[in-house]
Amino acid sequence: MTQLALVIDLNVCVGCHACVTSCKEWNTSGWAGPLVDQNPYGASPTGTFFNRVQTFEVGTYPNTETVHFPKSCLHCEEPPCVPVCPTGASYKRPDNGVVLVDYDKCIGCKYCSWACPYGAREVDEEQKVMKKCTLCIDRITDAKLPERDRKPSCVLACPTSARLFGDVHDADSEVSVAIRERGGYQLMPEWGTKPANHYLPRQKTRMHIDPDELTRVDNPLRKEDLTTYTGEETLDDVAW
Amino acid sequence: MQDPVSYSDKDVGRVEVKETTCYMCACRCGIRVHLRDGEVRYIDGNPNHPLNKGVICAKGSSGIMKQYSPGRLTKPLRRKAGAERGDSAFEAISWEEAFSMLEERLSKLRAEDPKKFALFTGRDQMQALTGLFAKQFGTPNYAAHGGFCSVNMAAGLIYTIGGSFWEFGGPDLERAKLFVMIGTAEDHHSNPLKIALSEFKRRGGRFISINPIRTGYSAIADEWVPIKPGTDGALLLAITHEILKLGLFDREFLVQYTNAAELVVDDPSRDDHGLFYRAEMHVEEGCFDPQNKLWWEREIDGPISTHTPGADPRLMGSYTLEDGTPVKPAFQLLKERFEQYTPEWAAPITGIPADTIRRLAHEMGVTARDQKIELPMKWTDCWDNEHESVVGNPVAFHSMRGLAAHSNGFQTIRTLGILMTVLGTIDRPGGFRHKAPFPRPIPPCPKPPHGPEAVQPNTPLDGLPLGWPAKPEDLFVDDDGEPQRIDKAFSWEYPLSVHGLMHNVITNAWRGDPYPIDTLLLFMANMAWNSSMNTTEVRKMLVDKHPNGDYKIPFLVVCDTFASETVAFADLVLPDTSYLERHDVMSMLDRPISEFDGPVDAVRVPVLPPKGECKPFQDVLIELGSRLKLPAFTKADGGRKYRDYPDFIVNYETSPGSGIGFLAGWRGQSGDKVLKGEPNPRQWEMYAQNGCVYHHELPQSYQYMRNWNKGYLHWARAHGMIRYAEPITLHLYSEVLQRFRLAAQGKWPGRQPPERLRERVETYFDPLPFYHDPLEDQLVDTRRYPLNALTQRPMAMYHSWDSQNAWLRQIHSHNYLYLSPKVGLANGFEDGDWVWVESPHGKVRCMCRFSEAVEPGTVWTWNAIGKASGAWGLSADADESRKGFLLNHVIAEELPPNAAGEHLSNSDPVTGQAAWFDVRVRVYKADDKEPKMSSPQFSAMPRLPGQEKKRGKWQSYVAGVFTKK
Repeated sequence: MTQLALVIDLNVCVGCHACVTSCKEWNTSGWAGPLVDQNPYGASPTGTFFNRVQTFEVGTYPNTETVHFPKSCLHCEEPPCVPVCPTGASYKRPDNGVVLVDYDKCIGCKYCSWACPYGAREVDEEQKVMKKCTLCIDRITDAKLPERDRKPSCVLACPTSARLFGDVHDADSEVSVAIRERGGYQLMPEWGTKPANHYLPRQKTRMHIDPDELTRVDNPLRKEDLTTYTGEETLDDVAW
Repeated sequence: MQDPVSYSDKDVGRVEVKETTCYMCACRCGIRVHLRDGEVRYIDGNPNHPLNKGVICAKGSSGIMKQYSPGRLTKPLRRKAGAERGDSAFEAISWEEAFSMLEERLSKLRAEDPKKFALFTGRDQMQALTGLFAKQFGTPNYAAHGGFCSVNMAAGLIYTIGGSFWEFGGPDLERAKLFVMIGTAEDHHSNPLKIALSEFKRRGGRFISINPIRTGYSAIADEWVPIKPGTDGALLLAITHEILKLGLFDREFLVQYTNAAELVVDDPSRDDHGLFYRAEMHVEEGCFDPQNKLWWEREIDGPISTHTPGADPRLMGSYTLEDGTPVKPAFQLLKERFEQYTPEWAAPITGIPADTIRRLAHEMGVTARDQKIELPMKWTDCWDNEHESVVGNPVAFHSMRGLAAHSNGFQTIRTLGILMTVLGTIDRPGGFRHKAPFPRPIPPCPKPPHGPEAVQPNTPLDGLPLGWPAKPEDLFVDDDGEPQRIDKAFSWEYPLSVHGLMHNVITNAWRGDPYPIDTLLLFMANMAWNSSMNTTEVRKMLVDKHPNGDYKIPFLVVCDTFASETVAFADLVLPDTSYLERHDVMSMLDRPISEFDGPVDAVRVPVLPPKGECKPFQDVLIELGSRLKLPAFTKADGGRKYRDYPDFIVNYETSPGSGIGFLAGWRGQSGDKVLKGEPNPRQWEMYAQNGCVYHHELPQSYQYMRNWNKGYLHWARAHGMIRYAEPITLHLYSEVLQRFRLAAQGKWPGRQPPERLRERVETYFDPLPFYHDPLEDQLVDTRRYPLNALTQRPMAMYHSWDSQNAWLRQIHSHNYLYLSPKVGLANGFEDGDWVWVESPHGKVRCMCRFSEAVEPGTVWTWNAIGKASGAWGLSADADESRKGFLLNHVIAEELPPNAAGEHLSNSDPVTGQAAWFDVRVRVYKADDKEPKMSSPQFSAMPRLPGQEKKRGKWQSYVAGVFTKK
């Protein structure tokens, strides 16, 4: 069975929010839209986003890491949001594993958002229905789009290519290879939700310099180590 | 709901896709604007564009919310008769009325005294046109935003290596092994750097970030080296010291391609002390850097012409020429200078341990030396030596405002250029690479006017408003050595102010120093808010009157797309279009979007009709130029030369028949010429058919070593990019600076500075790099104000540009002051508290957040998130004005009075770069009884005539129905 997912490379994510607003612009006029904004030009503006970037610090100065952490629905293989839905609005597609909400069936009871341990669901406060990432289902399955564009909007937008997209059940897919080779991990696997989305950890490149690398025979200073004799006394003048 | 698998966006409404160029920041990526029933469905990156290769950032993706923002201006506005300036009491007028007002006023000024008209612009990317308009009008009082942005970066490197970062050049991350980013505000620049950085990291490159703050790009660095603000110069000096000491420099590169081995007169008693010894030999007329200099040859132990075949010069030592002149190679002077700058010296200044400084130097030096790249590309140098390959030392740097926005920034950036040079990384694989039209001569050829006679009634300016002084005679001063521009650029106060000093225009005009002006035209420059220092006082100056009731700045014209804070102060408001509604060019005459491999320029074409009565500022200038009968816009018979801006772009040539115009691509009658060729009537069409971008890839042999690449330089000359095909020798030692110093010492035969400025010029025009404390540190009590305060630019917001944007403002609706918990502990406040940030010049109240990712002597916030109440189409109680704050209120635009002058700009003494980041502050808890609101507050700006009515509590954007609802 196909299980589509995002694999997010924290090693290159610079926290630019391209995924956040490219998602918003695609989806607000798309199948899963609109994505409403409340107080768009007033105090405390807030709205529905399917994807957000959280930034946090690890460690204490000067040994501090700043981590940008994009987060959206993880399209769990055992999604806790689905069985709790009283109307069947929340469902997981059998053909590609994408978890979706049917707004026509949703009554806005928010059980699913309580069940989701990741805080990935956002209720549309105007329409009173639950909304969330669809992996751009209306892009990835749209045969009228060129092949290159049949990816989630965030994946196409991401300037650092930090977002990989593919089938985590296909061992040869780009995402499976990345998870395998880069130590890709799931969020809170202990909950048994089997999130399809994975994260790739930070990696450090360090440089080791051996002391003898600093003193080489081809040191250009050797071409300049001349002295000038200006008549001062030397041992040569005074010792036998 | 419909099964999404059976749904296609293409079936909804009438679909159109148009290609143009983004303008949500200054990066200028290629975009595809997808329309549904004439409204923007979505904007994505153009996959075929050389800059962004299909990606797009947060800002670019939010263009929809810029387009449909209620902050848009839609009608020309005139301040109501009797209304006070600043109260936003406007009435809508027609464009004809607006043009008539301007025509009448400006033609009178032009006939009487053209310098009474001043034109200053923001980050507009159309300086080739605005500069042309100013020159044609005859006023020297023109500049764009560069003086308060990053002119130190441009000048410091261009005066050293003939190119600089961002538009002019950048790090070759495709081949670099070590990348050092120092003092770079994130997102400067945006997508191309993000793309390159992630690919670099994936290839296993090592990335070191040196910055007081760890955010943005620094977050993914392999190592973060926190540094005290304003001390980068000390760090770079110490790193270079270590590299010189250990012999980790590229000797061959220094000898062949820099002035390291060239002999400098070394006799302080002589008038030519510190200048290169010039041999008598043929010098080409007008040459910018004649090659008539000498080396000291090793074998013959005597002087020899530089680059004599087979010669091997000494880099060190002290010699006497036959005529008795004592000389030293420039490198010897450099080495002597650097001896004092040990890592132990730099450690307490920078806050970086000496061992770390040494290790950084070792990593750079060893990587450059031992991981050389050799590309099998044949090329010929300017001395006719054939090379079988191009060699690269793969250490790359990138730097921006963190170094630039300090009063010691010019010398700091010179030091960076020297470090990059001794490592042998200039225009080589894996190092720094130029972008066309750079490299250019050091300094480039255009010069500012030379004296008051350059300004004459009804006559174009003699000289360019902005140029590149190479000697005191190039300054724009009168016989007393006093300033001739309203911003005092190119005077002895800031001799190399190559981008002007926009940050002092309002203060100087208000004071009438050096003279009063009449009309100030501001184009998309938010000078009543985030683009001014000392904002609170500047706002008062804008409304200040003479005792007779006349405004001190008599007439203020503001052209903008949105109801910015500055619009409130206008006497006449001109509504500009959005970037999706107009023609635009990213011209080779200005700041194109060239790539390392060759020239690239781009255009915008309208994808939507202008909103309301909006008119592109480009068309406004063409119209005004025609009405004022400025020569460039007028036919011989006095008639109008250009119908509109698109017509101008196609047909304008820099001089009749020059073949050089605003656009480089598809020139010539049939569009088959590059850079130079007669006008092509179908040029716009050809750009539009090609994604609105023109990319000319140079042959591989012309892509590197361009300062000395004979083939490239002759190609560049043949295509009108450069005047001389001479080698552009790197200025390790700056003879240009020494000329100004000699003048200050009374040793220069020509112009000399006024007495009060002699010491200042002598000190800061040092031909060798040196470190000095920022000027403000020298003049204020740094014990009372122990902290440095900085701003950073967030990736999702370009300066002040997008508070009117419903999506982007949700990411940054207000800003905090970020600081180390140690600062809170020492001053008795907690994370989240309201605090006062006080400098010697003013104070602001804001909320603080503790952070471990900031050097403990530094506090910082996001730039320009705070807004004045009611501006930008926001409600009066929006977070931007109630919780957000602007740091500018505590930054002075002038230094405290000192020996060099009463009213010197708070700027670099060499370039006039605004020293935003020099400001010193202290932070303390706000009283619990104080309002939980940022301070200062200003009375709310009302909605303007023509601005949309207030939007409701809910907004759902759905393309095709949004504006029809």
